[in-house]
Amino acid sequence: MGSLSEFFQHFVNGLTLGGVYALIALGYTMVYGILKFINFAHGDVLMVGAYIGLFVFDALRGSAPLGAWTFIAFFLAMLISMVLTAALGVVIERVAYKPLRKASRLAPLLSAIGVSFILSNSAAWAWGTQSRKLNYPFDNTPFEIGGVVITPHQVLVLVVSILMMVALKVFVDRSRMGKAMRATSLDQDTARLMGINVNVVISLTFAIGSALAAAGGMLIALDFKAYPTMGMMLGLKAFVAAVVGGIGNIGGAMLGGITLGLLETFGVAVFGIPQAMKDTISFAVLIIVLLVRPQGLLGKVVREKV
Amino acid sequence: MVNFFLLILIYSGIYALMAIGQNLITGYTGMLSLCQAGFFAIGSYVTAILATSLGWSLWATLPVAALLSAMFGVLIGLPTLRLKGDYLAIATLGFGEIVRNVLNNWDSLTGGPMGIQRIPMATIFSFTINPYKKWAFLALVILIVVISYYLFERLGRSRMGRALQAIRDDEIAAASMGINVTKYKVWAFAIGASVAGIAGSLQSVFSLSVTPNSYTFMVSIMVLCMVVLGGMGNFAAVILGAFIIQLISYFPQLTGLSSVIPPQFKQILFGLILVVMMIWRPQGIIGVRSYRVGQKKSKAKGAK
Repeated sequence: MGSLSEFFQHFVNGLTLGGVYALIALGYTMVYGILKFINFAHGDVLMVGAYIGLFVFDALRGSAPLGAWTFIAFFLAMLISMVLTAALGVVIERVAYKPLRKASRLAPLLSAIGVSFILSNSAAWAWGTQSRKLNYPFDNTPFEIGGVVITPHQVLVLVVSILMMVALKVFVDRSRMGKAMRATSLDQDTARLMGINVNVVISLTFAIGSALAAAGGMLIALDFKAYPTMGMMLGLKAFVAAVVGGIGNIGGAMLGGITLGLLETFGVAVFGIPQAMKDTISFAVLIIVLLVRPQGLLGKVVREKV
Repeated sequence: MVNFFLLILIYSGIYALMAIGQNLITGYTGMLSLCQAGFFAIGSYVTAILATSLGWSLWATLPVAALLSAMFGVLIGLPTLRLKGDYLAIATLGFGEIVRNVLNNWDSLTGGPMGIQRIPMATIFSFTINPYKKWAFLALVILIVVISYYLFERLGRSRMGRALQAIRDDEIAAASMGINVTKYKVWAFAIGASVAGIAGSLQSVFSLSVTPNSYTFMVSIMVLCMVVLGGMGNFAAVILGAFIIQLISYFPQLTGLSSVIPPQFKQILFGLILVVMMIWRPQGIIGVRSYRVGQKKSKAKGAK
């Protein structure tokens, strides 16, 4: 195998990993953009989404063999999981964060940690701590293009994440609601004066972020299984991705996710970082970014005003 | 039964030390740190490694544990504390996991997932503090908690304590009053970490073995709950919080209901405590001893 095809192999692997990180990072960055707080429970919302998707898919599929139906069932399951998880995200915001909007900066953070803990442990209680695999809805035999081995799963991840990101970008940039969202993130009080229903915008933000997380969680569960504490490391990495891209910036989250995915893959494959220390890479990236360019790749420097 | 209650008291004491540190970081300075478990682990392993391989006594390892924890505190604190507070929470969350990751994988030093066994018991003037005879160990824990409480209470009322509270209440105002915000934050973080390191040392001479799995994120959350439940910014309240949380966490065994109550019961309850306290009683069950306008405030000013 030539070194060029080897490079492309790692590139594709990193790209798919990064696509999932980007999907999850969007939830962090959108909530941060509007409420200026880190939703610690985001990773656990993702876990719930993965479980819902897994259960719905298994129920829809029954004992049908791989074929067109399993493929459709997978997307139906993804849709249902996204809707239910979006509802969960909205409920969490209403119950645990909304009463704290005017409280000290620490209060919603602590509340979010509480929610995260409730979700992951309730999941462990209800569904057990063993990990479950979401079965491939298609034959996952890898194929080769010019020396690069690609699995259908990777194609699925790339297609789904790119489609969703494009849809989100169009929604935020072009639609009326998207405009309201951008206005709210810029200045909540002024947006309210302009007749924007800020509560609806915030609920919508949580709904979209949670739905994207559910999709990301399902894509992850296909390859790495779902388990109650899966949200923690994934959430952490997605957050790092959001920071790398510039938190609060939607394009930044996409760029950051893909950057992080590539760094992790190349870190292990090319620079020989042991597999067990793979998780440490994203952490090191976070520290370096915070030291060198705290506003992230695409972020703007915001001066804090009194 | 008495033995079991003593066990709860000992763990309350060990966790109270971590909670005191967390209170300085979170209650006084308003920084959210989520890695007391990481510093706890560092303290435990320092004592375990130095005692088993070099034969050091507990008393010699204590300062090393405290210093090393503080050093790691500075290491994470310096890059993140210059920025807005939220980054610290994530960086510390990651740090706690990475400490456990390293302990699990650095087999030659930490024994990997098996951990380190047969840690020698602590001695004081040729008297062995045997953890199986709980009274002596409880006395040791209480002694250290009382000393730490005294020191931290003094620290809280010192010039530095006032600076930290000023930073918590309004960082920009504090900076414009000439307080070196980053310096004080890093100091608070390092001191809070070091006392967790000391708690770790005690833990390792109490359980006489250390494994990476005793230092999970759960430990950090428990400590956070102790601070939030007791009352942020009040060291005595935090110690009470430590006791209550330990009671809750041993409640199933205490009442003999451990077969009925699911194992996740306490974690879910801890999560609920955080949410409910934040919404209905953010000052904690005791709350901060608030300075009344007038006498005490002018006194504090005079001391400057």
